[in-house]
This record gives sequence, C-alpha cells and structure tokens, in this order.
Amino acid sequence: MTVFILLTITGLGLAALYFLVASGLSLIYGLMDVLNFAHGVFLTIGAYSTWTASQRLEFIAQPTLRFVVAVLIGMAVGGAFAALVEMLFIRPLYGQHVGQILVTVGLALALTALLQAIFTPDARAFPAPDWMGDTTSVLGANVPNSRFVAIAAALAVYGGLVTFLKRTRYGLIIRAGVENRDMVTALGIDVTKAFTFVFAIGGMAAALGGAIGGAYFTSINPEQGGGLLIFAFIVTIIGGLGSLRGAAIASILVGLLQQYANFYALVGAGDLIVVLLLAFVLLLRPQGIGGKAAA
Amino acid sequence: MTDLMTAPPATEATRSPLRRALPWLAILLLAAAPFIPLDIPFVFRGPLDSPGTLNLLALMLVFGALALTYDLVFGFTGLLSFGHALYFALGVYAPTIAVSHFGLPLSTAILITIALGVVVPLVLGAICLRVGDIAFAMVTLAFAEAGSIFVLRDPLRITGGEEGQALDFKALPDVFVGVVNTRYVFWLALAFAVLVYLVSRWIVRSRAGRVWQAIRENEQRVEVLGLQPYAYKLLAFVTASFLATLGGIVYVLLLGGANPGVAGATFTLTLLVMVVLGGTGTLWGAVLGGALYTYLNQRLISLSNSEFVDGLPGALRGPLSEPLFILGALFVALVMFFPGGIAGLRDAAVGRRLRSRVARLLGAGEGG
Repeated sequence: MTVFILLTITGLGLAALYFLVASGLSLIYGLMDVLNFAHGVFLTIGAYSTWTASQRLEFIAQPTLRFVVAVLIGMAVGGAFAALVEMLFIRPLYGQHVGQILVTVGLALALTALLQAIFTPDARAFPAPDWMGDTTSVLGANVPNSRFVAIAAALAVYGGLVTFLKRTRYGLIIRAGVENRDMVTALGIDVTKAFTFVFAIGGMAAALGGAIGGAYFTSINPEQGGGLLIFAFIVTIIGGLGSLRGAAIASILVGLLQQYANFYALVGAGDLIVVLLLAFVLLLRPQGIGGKAAA
Repeated sequence: MTDLMTAPPATEATRSPLRRALPWLAILLLAAAPFIPLDIPFVFRGPLDSPGTLNLLALMLVFGALALTYDLVFGFTGLLSFGHALYFALGVYAPTIAVSHFGLPLSTAILITIALGVVVPLVLGAICLRVGDIAFAMVTLAFAEAGSIFVLRDPLRITGGEEGQALDFKALPDVFVGVVNTRYVFWLALAFAVLVYLVSRWIVRSRAGRVWQAIRENEQRVEVLGLQPYAYKLLAFVTASFLATLGGIVYVLLLGGANPGVAGATFTLTLLVMVVLGGTGTLWGAVLGGALYTYLNQRLISLSNSEFVDGLPGALRGPLSEPLFILGALFVALVMFFPGGIAGLRDAAVGRRLRSRVARLLGAGEGG
C-alpha cells in the first residue's frame, strides 16, 4: 500500500510537469495552429536560467527565498525568450503552418546544441533547497517534498490560467481566438498581440516546469526539455488541442499510468502503454478528451 | 556524384541525349570510385579509394536515398510524419537482433525484416492515417518514440540499450567483413540509392503518384473526384516506410551494427532537415539534401576539432563545435528565406535566365 501511495504521488508530480509544458503547447496550438517543437527548449532555458541565477544569488542567505527568486528569474527569461521566438521566427511565416512547424524544429535542434556548447552535455546537480529533497510521510509512504512542490505549482498555474482566461479582457480575446480566429480578426481586434502573449505565457509555464523538473529529477541536462516534450505532446493530443481542462485530465492519466506500469510491469512498459493509450483515444475520439475549446 | 541528380525536371522528349546519359555516367563514375586513387584535398581526408572515404560516400548514398523515401511521404503526399525513423530503425535492429541474439542466418534475418517492413507500416499507418494534419504528425511521433523507448530502455534485453548491438560478423558473407572489403558495401549502398531513385521516379510519375501529389495540393478535391485519399495515403506511407526499412538493412551492413541514434525522434527531424535542405517534393533535391547533410555533419565534426576553430575566440568556438547548431541554424534560415531548398534555388536561377532571355527577345522585337 505504501508503494502504491508513493507511486501515485510521484505520478501526480510527473503529471504536474507534463501539464506545465502541455498547457502552453495546447494554448499555442489552439490559438495559432502551431505545433511548437521549440517548447522543450523553453523548459531547458528556464531550468538553466534558474540554475545560473541561483549561482549569482549567493548573497540571499535563505535557501528557499533564493530558490523562489531564481525560479522567478528563470520564468522571466523563459517567457521573454518565447515571446522573442514568436516575434522573430513565427510571425514572418504567418499563414504557413508547415513552415512555422519546421522553424520550431530547426530552433529546437540548434538551441539544444547551443545549450550543449555553453553548458556541456553533462547533467549537473540542481540547487534546490534541502527540504525539497527530504521526505514527508503520507499514510506510511515517504514521499520526497519536490513532488508536492510540483503538484502545487501545476495547480497554481492551472488556477491562474483559468482565472486569466475567464476574467480578463485578454483572456476573453484568447478564448475567442481559439474558438474562431478569423471572426476575432474581423471584429477589428489585433490577434497578433495575443499570439506573442500566448507564447510568453507558455514559455513562462514551461520555464517553471524546467525549474520544478530540476528539483524533481535533482539534476538538469540540455536534452531534458526534448524528453519531456514528447510526453507533453501526447498529453496535449489526448487532452484535446486547445483545451486546458483536457490537458490537465490527460496529464494526470498519463503520469499515473506511466508510473504504475513502469513499476508493476516491465521497465519502460509505462512509456509504451502511454503511446498505446494515445492510439486508443485517437481511434475512439479523434478530437481528444476536451475537444477544441479553451478552459 | 551530384550530377546524377542535377538532371532537369524536363520531360524525356525535351532532353538532349547527352543530358539523358549524364546521370548514368555519374553512376558509372561513382561505381568506379574504389579504383581511383585520387586525392581530393580538403573535400575528403583520404584518397577516393581509401576505406574512410568510401565509407563516408556510402553513408551519404544511404542517407540520400533515405531522405528521398521521406520525401515520398512528406514532399510528394504532403503527410507531415514525424515517425519515419521508426521504419529505418526497424531495418537496422530487426536483422541485428535476429542474427546476434537469436543466431539466425543472415538471409533468414533479412527475409524476416522485409516481411516486418511491410506489416509494421501497414498496421501503424492504418491507425495513424485515421487522423489528419497535426494529429497525424503527433501520432507518428508517438509511435516512433515508443520504438525509441523500446530500443533505449530495452525491456526484453535484446536491443543492447544505449550501447547498441553489434552485428555478429561470423554470420556475414566474407565480402562484407573487414576494412579491405569496404568497396563491396559501398557498391551495395550505391545500388540501393539507384534502386530507391528509380522506384521513386517511377512511382511519382505513375497514376498513384499523381494522386499523391493531388492529395498534397487539395485532399477534398481528390475525394470529390471519387477517389479514396485514405488508400493512396496508406500506399505512400507503406511504400516509403518499406524502402526506409531496406535502407536500414544496408546501413547495418555498412556499419556492422545497430546504434540507438537511428531510432530517436531527433533522427526523423534530421530527415526533415535533409529533405527541406535539398528541396521538398523533388527527387534529386531530396537525395542531394540527404547526402550533403551527412557530409556536412561528418566534416563539421572534424572541423570542430581542427586548429581553425580552436583559434577562434571563445564565444564563437563553442557553437561552431556543435554540428547540430550550425545545421539547425542553416535549416531555420532555409525555411525562412529559401523555402524551396537547393532545388528551389536552382529553379529560381533557371527562371531568371529564362526571364532575361524573354526580355531580350521582346526588346529585340520592339527595336526591329
């Protein structure tokens, strides 16, 4: 039973990481029809920015405070970088969906290589506060605290995004754009600003995922983002492109299934089962769990 | 070797006999390469007949042909598949496992691989093609990733995981063993490239190939015309995947073993880069793109260790020592500024020449 609880909470932590990447992917796809292969790089850049920032912030004695500040800096860098990518590379190819996807593919290859050149391909230890590595006893299972942090971060991002989309004017424009972009443009609203904005939000969420992932896996490497991205894609499509709620449900489904199967069946079986789940969902319900509607 | 592909996309009738003979001459010249002890400085590190150079040439031919098989799906049919590496990896791993793990003779192993090369893409393609566009891209990506995980995590203890698996050389015919016999695998690679090129050329000009291109342009119209796009797309998917599996067999004979690099999602993305580099939806462009990419990838690695790069200031040295950075950046620039790739550049040059000639004729007409 303790093993089951540990697996469940670890699976939910993994689901949280998937959601942090998939939420941005899903919104970007929903609004702009861009399948963003560079999204994994946003995560990696967030992780390395957080790492670099916490090296420079030695003067903050309190480790938790230092970590929080470093993560905020990492998110800012990730968001700014994502917005820059949208303005420089995605916008000139507006209307050419395949071209946009190809550019993000090229960026993913080039930037991963660039990160390897700067930070070496080796994994490096991630400076999270000590208490994150400690365990808390839940019904007899000793669960590392980083799992709870990941879950809390994903819940906060989910709550924040839903509130933003439902309660603000910008959120309204984005939701309307996901529903019918041409109509929004026809009403005289500049959707391109929303494009940059969605990229920035997605970049920030992914960067947060990078920082939390660093604490979760206790180390970071230049290919971490790419590895998580594949499962985030799977989550996005199972959840239904453009649907935040669908992405959240699918994250939990995928994260838990992966953990259980990897433990109770063969190593690696969980990853394969997730792919089978994807095939299954597509055969029964090609539009995914949430269909094409935001939040 | 590029002469083979620089034949213009003109019809047979309009082409002069010399131009028609040119590709065959190029193939003959390539086939004779193992007997030409010519040193081409800077381009190759050893003379043309040295095993190192022949190996690189063979690799360029295999990847050139592989890029062409991907172009059949992506360029000619318009299916953005992110899972093509899976079928190449199938051709690499199936014979290796059959020979090295189960001790089967090579001929049986190849027959099994050929059978798998039809059945696997037929089943997976039938599933993937139920969805279109982006969902198709993602599902193919997911299946390829499943293959990659199977290879890397190795749950059945047969693939050798991250280290890969050597092909048991005792099972190979003598001509494929040893450095002195590099020329035979080179000829095999050349034969494979020619085969893929001829099959591709025949099929894109056949009725099915024309329907593929029609689907790429406008799938709905094809459907309205009473044809079933699904069947044609599946045919394209299976044909291309099967040829890729054959390429995997040649590759494994060439390198003497399987390595997990050919199974990953990054490898499919590499194929995509090759095709776009050469020219999407062109036959010779794709081959050229694949060969050129392979060449650059190999040579940039040796360049990155050279004195030239070492002498550069630190900020430049880092990125330039990563071939994927240079190739990725080149790819982004191509997509943004020259979406037609090398073939597109050539067409543009031909177009300019024609335009200027027309302008000259018109000018002369007005003058006279």
